[in-house]
Amino acid sequence: MRALSASVVALLFVAGSALAQQARLGLGTPATSEQIRGWDIDVRPDGAGLPPGKGTVEQGEKVYAEQCAACHGEKGQNPAKGFDRLVGGKGTLATPKPVQTVGSYWPYATTIFDYVNRAMPFTAPNSLTADEVYSVVAYLLYVNDIVPRQAVMDAQELKKVKMPNAEGFIADGRPDTEDLKCKADCK
Amino acid sequence: MSVSRRRILASGAAIAIGGLSSNSREAQAGTVPPNVPEWMHEQGRPILSPAYGLPSKFEKDVVRRIREPRATDTEAFSVTPLQNLHGIITPNGLVFERHHAGVPEIAPDQHRLLVHGLVDRPLILTMDDLLRFPAVTRIHFLECSGNSSTEWRKSGYHSVQRTHGLLSCCEWTGVPLSTILGEVGLKSDAKWILAEGADAAAMTRSVPIEKALDDALLVYAQNGEMLRPEQDYPVRLFLPGFEGNMSVKWLRRLKIGDRPWHTREETARYTNLLANGKAYQFAFDVKSVVTFPNADRSFNAPGFYEISGIAWSGRGHVTCVDVSVDGGTTWRRTRLQEPVLDKCLTRFRLPFNWQGQPLEIQSRAYDDKGWMQPTRSSLIAARGTNPRYHFNAIQGWKVAADGVVTNAST
Repeated sequence: MRALSASVVALLFVAGSALAQQARLGLGTPATSEQIRGWDIDVRPDGAGLPPGKGTVEQGEKVYAEQCAACHGEKGQNPAKGFDRLVGGKGTLATPKPVQTVGSYWPYATTIFDYVNRAMPFTAPNSLTADEVYSVVAYLLYVNDIVPRQAVMDAQELKKVKMPNAEGFIADGRPDTEDLKCKADCK
Repeated sequence: MSVSRRRILASGAAIAIGGLSSNSREAQAGTVPPNVPEWMHEQGRPILSPAYGLPSKFEKDVVRRIREPRATDTEAFSVTPLQNLHGIITPNGLVFERHHAGVPEIAPDQHRLLVHGLVDRPLILTMDDLLRFPAVTRIHFLECSGNSSTEWRKSGYHSVQRTHGLLSCCEWTGVPLSTILGEVGLKSDAKWILAEGADAAAMTRSVPIEKALDDALLVYAQNGEMLRPEQDYPVRLFLPGFEGNMSVKWLRRLKIGDRPWHTREETARYTNLLANGKAYQFAFDVKSVVTFPNADRSFNAPGFYEISGIAWSGRGHVTCVDVSVDGGTTWRRTRLQEPVLDKCLTRFRLPFNWQGQPLEIQSRAYDDKGWMQPTRSSLIAARGTNPRYHFNAIQGWKVAADGVVTNAST
């Protein structure tokens, strides 16, 4: 997503250049690599952080039915009130009634893995195995017409997936309203 | 009459007054001059009842309220009663809430903050460690990016609590994030930080390193006391002026990297879908809202009143606020109450004599970066009605001849 990277330019905060020279206080305990491994669950768009494992669309369909359908609806189309629709919405983003789903809006497939792994299912977050997460991601990509039914997702395959809205984010364009610039004496 | 008998009578009278029922007028008659009220003839409550102080029972309606719709009771919002607040500080029990997976109950001696990634010395910090670092205290607003999102289209809400109540302002105490980053030692390619919460959503946001080194804080205290559980006890990230969601609560991990993570919260959520399908993010522009008169406390008779409200900017400090009582045709400069601070609520006040005529009251604010609060039509012309976030347009309140206040956007 270019918006995040480019917005740094727009923000331009003065960085503390003296930071590197700051005297250390010696507080805290060094973290071991084993300790870090236990908590280091994030996944980046380039696939960094994806764990070993794999899953098929067929397996994902079962995981989805058991773990996800109650809130997000059968095939992700008809969610319970207040929960996200996951499927559909293609071609609606620039209309008065945009439908923002995993398929229509999310720019990276790796983010589906990251989010499902850390926060889903809602009532038992962070409880699925890596294989189950890969399979449910494969299923969601399939029902959004992004991968074929025979697709198998693993770290290599997932980071290769190109999402329909990958180019849909832009740099912050503010100020953008015509009366935003101060016209009155207000200093 | 015994003391206990008197107390019962006195509290009965007081409750009736609070309810403002017709009976209360009779009860009240015994308390106004020349009569001496019952509560002057007896001892009041003993000290430490309760040990942790609570508001008067007559203020029982000054509470957070849930903003509907909500999916569940754990993935939900509550809104601050701005109409009942008088200065710029939000009391801790009234600070708005936004949770993605409920409020975790975290024992401070069990909590750990892991700082790792592109650093020289990955560290685990306990709360005891964090409390030993040199601390700072600052007053800043905290606003949910979805605040006033109801106003992008026609609003159904008449109360400022519902339209603008995903907003609070507190005194925050903690450690500058730059201090912690100095302790772990940043690698030269460190550009972004992933902040992760210890709630069941394991909430994550990517923070640009410039913000982290500028004014970001690791906060553990709010208005002088340790954070409330719903405000992230025992520790949160705090990014002044940035959308509230980025100030990750119950902070357990900071990972330093060379690029953003594009987490669910910065893709599916908290991106502003424009009419053309694109999006903006992060900082709040200048904004203000009139909080008196309001739907709950209006003009009840002609005469003198003080119109009042709050203004703020995520980019700096408010320089001035104008108020219109004729729907934006003419404007009057208001008095700003000190202190006027960066990325902080500023209260404005304007003396006003109401003659009983219908009004449309608006406020518009300016900040020191040269930004001016836009009209609703101007904001919608630029961004359409699809964005869910960062609505900052001028808000109008209609006051009818009988004093009833409604949302002028509806």
